[in-house]
Amino acid sequence: MITVSGISKSFKVAQRTSGVKSAVKALFRREYTEVAALNDISFSIAPGEIIGYIGPNGAGKSTTIKVMSGILVPDRGSCSIMGYTPWLDRVAYVKNIGVVFGQRSQLWWDVPVIDSFELLRDIYDVPQPEYESNLKLLTETLDLENIIRTPVRQLSLGQRMRCEIAASLLHSPSILFLDEPTIGLDAVSKIAVRQFITRINKEKGVTVILTTHDMNDIEALANRILLIGKGSLLFDGDLNSLRDKYADDSRTGVSSIEEIVVRMYEEYQIS
Amino acid sequence: MRLFGKYLLILFKSQMQYSTSFWLLSFGQFFIPFSVFAGLYFLFERFGQIQGWDFYEVALCFGVIHMAFAISECLGRGFDTFSGLVANGDFDRLLVRPRSTVLQVLGSKFEFTRIGRLLQSSMVLVWAVSRIDVDWTFAKAMTLLFMIVSGTCIFAGIFILMATMCFWTIQGLEISSIFTDGGREMAQYPLNIYQKWVTRFFTYVIPFGFVNYLPLLFILGRTEGNPLLYVLSPLAGCAFIVPCLLLWRFGVRRYRSTGS
Repeated sequence: MITVSGISKSFKVAQRTSGVKSAVKALFRREYTEVAALNDISFSIAPGEIIGYIGPNGAGKSTTIKVMSGILVPDRGSCSIMGYTPWLDRVAYVKNIGVVFGQRSQLWWDVPVIDSFELLRDIYDVPQPEYESNLKLLTETLDLENIIRTPVRQLSLGQRMRCEIAASLLHSPSILFLDEPTIGLDAVSKIAVRQFITRINKEKGVTVILTTHDMNDIEALANRILLIGKGSLLFDGDLNSLRDKYADDSRTGVSSIEEIVVRMYEEYQIS
Repeated sequence: MRLFGKYLLILFKSQMQYSTSFWLLSFGQFFIPFSVFAGLYFLFERFGQIQGWDFYEVALCFGVIHMAFAISECLGRGFDTFSGLVANGDFDRLLVRPRSTVLQVLGSKFEFTRIGRLLQSSMVLVWAVSRIDVDWTFAKAMTLLFMIVSGTCIFAGIFILMATMCFWTIQGLEISSIFTDGGREMAQYPLNIYQKWVTRFFTYVIPFGFVNYLPLLFILGRTEGNPLLYVLSPLAGCAFIVPCLLLWRFGVRRYRSTGS
């Protein structure tokens, strides 16, 4: 369903040094360095998988998500998702995906949540019966009943995130990209979000690609892990093979997944 | 188009959350051009006419340009404040929705408070139309309408052009006010009162001359040669938006390949 092969992407970053003198100089002439954000990334994903996409800050997780959701055009490589090349057939393609950026809202700030939902229905051209049944399902499973008529700015972060996730599923996408969906959430909301992700994956067969720094998310959700560091794909496999490879034998008991990941980061020298 | 209406509705609801601020801003927007217009009035009170243009003729020009500006600022506010959209990353969000970027940026913001400016300019326009020494015909009324539409297109084009610059600079450019506010201040007088190079710039580069000067001559019955050319001249203003949109598409493509 998703095939990514040999994707590379580099950014030009203006060099900055400290000091007034160089700041003035930078006004007139800037020096750029090429930073490779992604370096020959390849993987494929089958329908119905939940992929945990992990790596330290700045490893290239968000860039990959942006390429796969059609926002960015890579320098090299090809990508085929449900028969589309995301950056070529943007408008036709994005009807099939839902994207949640955990740090940014897609809801209209000053109006009740339901108004945002209705506008999204019109943007995505969702037929009314489909919209209603999706809305009903989402309201029940995400427990939105009491907050759907509240303006977004009055919601707590946890409530808002539940609405964000609902908003990106109104048009029944087959693929859901979640960029740090549990960032800043309390325990209750985290668990609610996780349960929901499992549920739509099971019941509606939505393929989920999830980036996170919370290893509990990975443990609870992902049946496969992709580890990226400094722009390269370093590990592709399930949690158990990861455990086998990095578990600490010298101690009794299995290391926590956090420790395993730290050890991986150390081995690949990417932290 | 229907979707644009939906966008407006949600923005209107948002705006109404802050109704006091809405009324105060609208009030302000009414009086800013009002004071400019008062200046115009006293100028003519003192001097009678400028280069053969009398007060009501200039007032007509003023009304048309200010109305066009108000409409384009209402509609095109999303482009005017586009730098914010790029800087905070919300433009990415627009790209994952299955609609054209132009429609979505237009729908991202609508400045309802410009209703004050719109009201003020329509009052000036009505006053000028009723007092001016013109035999109104259907063709002349249509020309007047064309002038407003065409002026709106030009201002909108400038907004789009300046928004496109954000793909390269990220920061909003104050330079845009030179062309929008500056263009408005210039174009509220018939263009032939200025120096030649100014007239040329605002005719061939930013085609305000086709909006406020040539069709105005037709309305006042001062044309030489084929009047049809004068009637159709506002089309040049409408055409201005085409290269702006093309440049916009180019900018979006660049944004998507650089990600800056």
